Amino acid sequence: MNNTLTQLFLQKKERILNVYCTAGFPALDSTVKIIEALQQAGADIIEIGMPYSDPLADGPVIQQSNLKALQNGMTISLLFEQLQQVKKKVTIPLILMGYYNPVMQYGLQKFCEDAAAAGTAGIILPDLPTYEYEKMYKSIFEKNGLSFIFLITPQTSEARIRQADKLSSGFLYAVSSSATTGGSASMNDKVGYFAKLQFMKLKNPLLIGFGINNADDFDTVCKYASGAVVGSAYIKAIAHVDDEVATTEKFVKNIKG
Amino acid sequence: MRKPLKKYKHHQFSSPDKYGYYGEFGGAFIPEMLHANVENLRKNYLKIAGTKKFKTAFNKLLKDFVGRPTPLFYAENLSREFGTNIYLKREDLCHTGAHKINNTVGQILIAEALGKKRIIAETGAGQHGVATATVCALKGLECIVYMGEKDIERQAPNVARMKMLGAKVVPARSGSKTLKDATNEAIRDWINNSEDTHYIIGSVVGPHPYPDMVARFQSVISKEIKKQLKKQTGSELPTHVIACVGGGSNAAGTFYHFAEDKNVQLIAVEAAGCGVDSGMSAATTQLGSVGVLHGSKSLLMQTADGQVTEPHSISAGLDYPGIGPMHANLYKTKRATFLNITDYEALDAAFHLSKTEGIIPALETAHAFAALHKLTFKKEDVVVINLSGRGDKDLSTYMKSAQFLNNE
Repeated sequence: MNNTLTQLFLQKKERILNVYCTAGFPALDSTVKIIEALQQAGADIIEIGMPYSDPLADGPVIQQSNLKALQNGMTISLLFEQLQQVKKKVTIPLILMGYYNPVMQYGLQKFCEDAAAAGTAGIILPDLPTYEYEKMYKSIFEKNGLSFIFLITPQTSEARIRQADKLSSGFLYAVSSSATTGGSASMNDKVGYFAKLQFMKLKNPLLIGFGINNADDFDTVCKYASGAVVGSAYIKAIAHVDDEVATTEKFVKNIKG
Repeated sequence: MRKPLKKYKHHQFSSPDKYGYYGEFGGAFIPEMLHANVENLRKNYLKIAGTKKFKTAFNKLLKDFVGRPTPLFYAENLSREFGTNIYLKREDLCHTGAHKINNTVGQILIAEALGKKRIIAETGAGQHGVATATVCALKGLECIVYMGEKDIERQAPNVARMKMLGAKVVPARSGSKTLKDATNEAIRDWINNSEDTHYIIGSVVGPHPYPDMVARFQSVISKEIKKQLKKQTGSELPTHVIACVGGGSNAAGTFYHFAEDKNVQLIAVEAAGCGVDSGMSAATTQLGSVGVLHGSKSLLMQTADGQVTEPHSISAGLDYPGIGPMHANLYKTKRATFLNITDYEALDAAFHLSKTEGIIPALETAHAFAALHKLTFKKEDVVVINLSGRGDKDLSTYMKSAQFLNNE
């Protein structure tokens, strides 16, 4: 696989910051502004959430952002239109995160073609199982030059981590604890798990996500992985502000230190 | 004497394949955070349920605690009215007042065998919540029940029962504030408490192995019907079996042992709400399309963009935008006939059954009875309706609607 995401990991090995935002949140036209602001502020990857009515793996903060985005009128088609507008200005990799059902209704083949055309490099669908992915969809993602990223948790067996690593490209997403997004558990309590992953010498770089709230958390996980994903903390930061651009700048600087 | 029956392939309709698929429906579409628990259950549920220890405990509880076998009652007045032979499977006489407890007894024994200490459940009408709270009280396990805020209001007696049984009832405030959202909250709880918790799903929905496990525990309904019919009519097979369907647990149990016998008509009755085309309905097979919700691929009410839509039914137990994968397959293959009944028709049927047979049914169950008007029967037909629950919990709704139905 060769795309902007795999290129990034070839060039940069540490302290990679992936920031999650929900498409169409806080306002319908926020997405473009936020992507530009995140790139400007120094994010390395932007993970764009496609809002869904029933986001099972998400805590209250991202649930609320999904609900608001849907009320605002966000859809996958509209997101692709917005990404087309900003495509020329974006040099850092964009990846899409969402639940399987809206993608299934859009049509997986068309989704992959349109996602690639809109300039995205990778896809995360946490509720698409490896069995279905391998049997039906792997070749479609690959043909469109899209990385597919699987999640692993502290409860994922070693054999299953190896399988997820084999099937993923770009990076492997290590969930810090068995929880929904936006937790407040201390990253220092999880270092045993992170060290175990580091020791496994996986094919893909690791990004650690779920519950990364501040610079301390980011520094801790970066000792064991190539970087981190920040989601709920960022959504919370931009939920009720007038100036998303200034807030984004400040937020990214604070995390990266 | 009836002619010999054509048989389908063994377990073609009642059981999934090894990946959890009933035809094209089923599977396990879950985030990795749920994988360890679901996989643990998948590997062990048949093993545990196959042990002598489990079978002895399960059968003893069904007999002495639940009160099984439940009677099969020949409904003389209804039979006369419809010119046929109508039998009622009295699941309303189960302890706690509905079929739901068959499944919770089975799952609490599974949870015990897996060493789980904390039980969570979702509930719509509250019958599954009460049945879960009941078995948790019996076994001394902590019980948390998620229930939509709207359902907490309209099913107040069941909320009180759960509390008296020692369960904590947590309101689900997201989305439509009904069963779908209660299920979301229960799943999130399980993600956050994966080590010590077992999730007792109340219907034949959710990721594999839940639909199969719940259907097996409910299959005691059709197993008993067969035995009782044989004794009462000389043949163990009816011509029709009728059950209401929300997620579909009572229908799964009622159809289970008849699904492979082609000459038994399976009739599933969905809630039309204010009418299938009114925009206020829960008739999933009529309004839904193939999609993924709560961990399985099935039929689902949704927008063109794949957002799950809010259903409507006067009955909280049928107010769900999906249907179990087993039923989606029965619909797709035309093995079962799917009918739908409006809120008004269901209310009318509830009053009618109360007055003709002296049985007040649950609002969910009333939908199955209303379907009698949409079918034609021969004199010699043998029709079994699963009387899935009793109507005590719905009395306030019944009283409120009495004036509109001229039944005062």
